[in-house]
Amino acid sequence: MERFTGKVWVLGDDIDTDIIIPTEYLALKTIEDMRQYAFSPLRPDLASQIRKGDMIVAGKNFGCGSSREQAPEVIKALGIRCIIAKSFARIFFRNSINNGLLLIEQPDLYDDMREGDEITVEVNHHITYGGSRYPIASLPENLMEILGAGGLVKAMAARNGLSIS
Amino acid sequence: MGMTIAEKIIARAAGVEEVKAGDIHTVTLDRMMSNDGTTHLTVDMYHNKLKNPRIADPGKMVFIVDHNVPSDNPKTAASQKKMRDFAREHGIDFWEGKGVCHQIMMEHYVCPGELIFGADSHTCTYGALGAFGTGVGCTDLLYGMVTGTSWVLVPETVKFNLTGRLPEGVYPRDLMLTIIGEIGASGVSYQVMEFCGDGAGTLSVNDRMVLCNLAVEAGAKTAIFEADQTALDWLAARGRKPAAVFKSDEDAVYEREYTFDLSKIQPVAARPDFVDDVVPAKEVCGVHIDEAFLGSCNNGRIEELRVGAAILKGRKVADHVRFLVVPASQQVYLQALDEGLIRVFMESGAIVMNPNCSVCWGSCQGVIGENEVLISTGTRNFKGRAGHPSSKVYLGSAATVAASAVKGEICTADML
Repeated sequence: MERFTGKVWVLGDDIDTDIIIPTEYLALKTIEDMRQYAFSPLRPDLASQIRKGDMIVAGKNFGCGSSREQAPEVIKALGIRCIIAKSFARIFFRNSINNGLLLIEQPDLYDDMREGDEITVEVNHHITYGGSRYPIASLPENLMEILGAGGLVKAMAARNGLSIS
Repeated sequence: MGMTIAEKIIARAAGVEEVKAGDIHTVTLDRMMSNDGTTHLTVDMYHNKLKNPRIADPGKMVFIVDHNVPSDNPKTAASQKKMRDFAREHGIDFWEGKGVCHQIMMEHYVCPGELIFGADSHTCTYGALGAFGTGVGCTDLLYGMVTGTSWVLVPETVKFNLTGRLPEGVYPRDLMLTIIGEIGASGVSYQVMEFCGDGAGTLSVNDRMVLCNLAVEAGAKTAIFEADQTALDWLAARGRKPAAVFKSDEDAVYEREYTFDLSKIQPVAARPDFVDDVVPAKEVCGVHIDEAFLGSCNNGRIEELRVGAAILKGRKVADHVRFLVVPASQQVYLQALDEGLIRVFMESGAIVMNPNCSVCWGSCQGVIGENEVLISTGTRNFKGRAGHPSSKVYLGSAATVAASAVKGEICTADML
């Protein structure tokens, strides 16, 4: 079972895709160019503070708004290991899984979470924080297959014989 | 067990007799739409991430340039060229500058009973004709384009029973914002909003588009109306036939039900920065504005232009206000020309723009600066959505937007 520990950044409810990556930066050539502007309308310094392996804990409806796939891509490019929220908007949810970014729904952790603290995630089982366990549901098998392959394109390539060797 | 319209469309696309909420099915997609927001990313993945890929059925694909029209810098020009070249090479229907993608899809493609993926969140608009349209990202679009299929988790359906008739001076946009204000921005997450009842029958296809289009702002996977005679007449007038006409069964299962009495709806506004922060429009009257926007896939059709022009006729836009009028398509623009509406807008001091997404998505046209305030018929009012992070967007009906443009501050049409 996959298990990892990391530092947490706490964001609120209804973190929309225009906050995650504002429209004016979508014309930049690469995700690497865009990632420094992630979350800039809300917290301009956040992108530069995030380190590889950190996690985001947020409230309800994370990722609401546009279907822009640059949103999960910039978060992944910042090195975020996974996002734990009370709930996710559905297009963002699909886009994240399709890009191999793990999302976990957990109703209680956000209310207890202090930014900067560490948590330990045991995928499909529970999260440990401050001596308490927060149970999490298992993702359906087809989503785990996509995540396991590293995203939908790689899963499709493997399944349909389109893999670049 | 009975099925809802949405479940019947998924069952048809999956080639099975019955589906129920919570099932995961592989479906054959009837159509796929992609615009210049992300098509270049799909094309890049097609070329760089797959070996010897092919397109399952180019006839099901539609590419539409509508987000930056005409292109405003070399980067958008390059990504649009990539999209244009790919469409030509593969025989994909390609539209440029003709209108906002969902308007083009409704005018030329969408048929009742179809399951349609669009790489744009407002693809849920197509439920106005009894189709299941849903927004996806560029990776899902690529998967659909290459395989002709995708996977769907069958969503629960929530019933919205509409009764009565909207009062004079109150519009479907007031109704939908009222609904979103009541159920919240994640009120129907992962679910389908099914609109039905006597009140639904009083709504035109345009009105239904206004409702369905904003369903994603309540978290919905899609929204849908039964394709009744109103919808079938609208379709026939455009020379198209339904793929299938479905009704929800008497014993269909709904996760929950709401009833909204249309006769009780009043003009409302959504305050910055959340679409569900909805209050009676009277409560925000007096707020100073710098810009007003009449347009978008939600509210830029002939019906809304008529409402706006009726208010502007014989009046002037306030000196300090830029009032952008952006017809949702060239069809709409030409009809507005024929009806004399464009002249009314121009004589009032409005800036009439070519059809495109404009300031609704905060790029290309009318972007607002530091601390500026916009009142808009667009789809969203998120922080920084229309420009600078400190700027503010209020959402209201075409009537409220036009009246506010005249007064220079937010007001309702009856206050002029």
